[in-house]
Amino acid sequence: MSMTIHVDIVSAEEEIYSGLVEMVYAPALMGEVGIAPRHTQLVTRLKAGEVRLDTGTEELSFFVSGGILEVQPHIVTVLSDTAIRADDLDEAKALAAKKKAEDALADKSANIDFAKAQAELAEAAAQLQAISRLRKTR
Amino acid sequence: MAVGKEIKTKIASVQSTQKITRAMEMVAASKMRKTQERVLAARPYAKKMAQVIRHLAQARSEYKHPYLAERDVKRVGVLLVSSDRGLCGGLNSNLFRKFVKQLKVWDDEGIEVVMASIGSKGEGFLGRLGGNVNGSVTHLGESPSLEDIIGVVKGMLNEYDEGNIDRFYIAHNDYVNTMTQSPEIMQLLPVVAEELDDQLTHHWDYIYEPDAQDVLDQLLIRYIESLVYQGVLENNACEQAARMVAMKSASDNAGELIDELQLIYNKARQASITQELSEIVAGAAAV
Repeated sequence: MSMTIHVDIVSAEEEIYSGLVEMVYAPALMGEVGIAPRHTQLVTRLKAGEVRLDTGTEELSFFVSGGILEVQPHIVTVLSDTAIRADDLDEAKALAAKKKAEDALADKSANIDFAKAQAELAEAAAQLQAISRLRKTR
Repeated sequence: MAVGKEIKTKIASVQSTQKITRAMEMVAASKMRKTQERVLAARPYAKKMAQVIRHLAQARSEYKHPYLAERDVKRVGVLLVSSDRGLCGGLNSNLFRKFVKQLKVWDDEGIEVVMASIGSKGEGFLGRLGGNVNGSVTHLGESPSLEDIIGVVKGMLNEYDEGNIDRFYIAHNDYVNTMTQSPEIMQLLPVVAEELDDQLTHHWDYIYEPDAQDVLDQLLIRYIESLVYQGVLENNACEQAARMVAMKSASDNAGELIDELQLIYNKARQASITQELSEIVAGAAAV
């Protein structure tokens, strides 16, 4: 039997996958990484893209919009984001929350955030890519 | 039969109130089940996150993240999680009471407090309380998403980064069971490391990509957010459970009230019949 590594993919709202696989591919911030069993410890950020798992018999694919990847020699954890993230976007949300507190009654005008649009665009592109890949493999 | 009619209308009005409370009770019961499921669904993430943080605490890293370091406490931040709606018994007021008690303790120690709230009851409460309010978010609904709470958490983390607060707490209701919800105040920052993994006692460190600071920043922010999210979900489950219990007792009370009114009505009816009878008999005797 070939060597396997335990993988958990979770998002804040649900558990997505848990099981043993032979190889994990993930879209790390600095390029795609492939994790084989007994990989050295690693933490990295993920960008929008797909996480692929090679279970030996089949290849599974999951879309992530970003998140964190932690690797221990026998366990890989993918903490997937459910929200679209960008630093200035988070900042904007913080400001919105603050504003809401300041004028709890006055309604605020909704103006479109460029950073948010861009992050959404990146996510949509990655989603499309994942879909086209899936189509090809079928 | 003027008296009887009045009582009849009263009974009808109590009955319609009872119908409403009973409907609310049933709605809360079904929502409670869903909110409990949501708490359970979010648990793997929190568990995994805690595991990663535990590993991280054991890594012999050269870089020490400020979220992991204790500092002298001069000011603290508290995030108050409450429900959006009322009619859920003493749920919010119990939490607020505990919160105010803690504020008093901090005040006695000369510690200033920066506050933020999730939920409109908390927003209203902090508004009445006054003081330094940093952020607020309301109307997350029954299925809140993590995205909704990012802003208010970020506001607090900014305060922490700038050194305006030295500790960060969350106040929310902890779901024990349907009958019991306990208000809790929990420390989020600096991160409190729990029990350690024995397998990792040797000297090791992660490879950080792109660099330690960036990754740890992102990781710890998500950790805090996941804790807050978990708190919000728990509070939601508490809200539905508390509402169900409150509405059940309201329905029961309405039932008792109806019984009493019915008794009074019957007595009044009987009395008027007796009176009529005796009038007829007296009239017949007179003729």
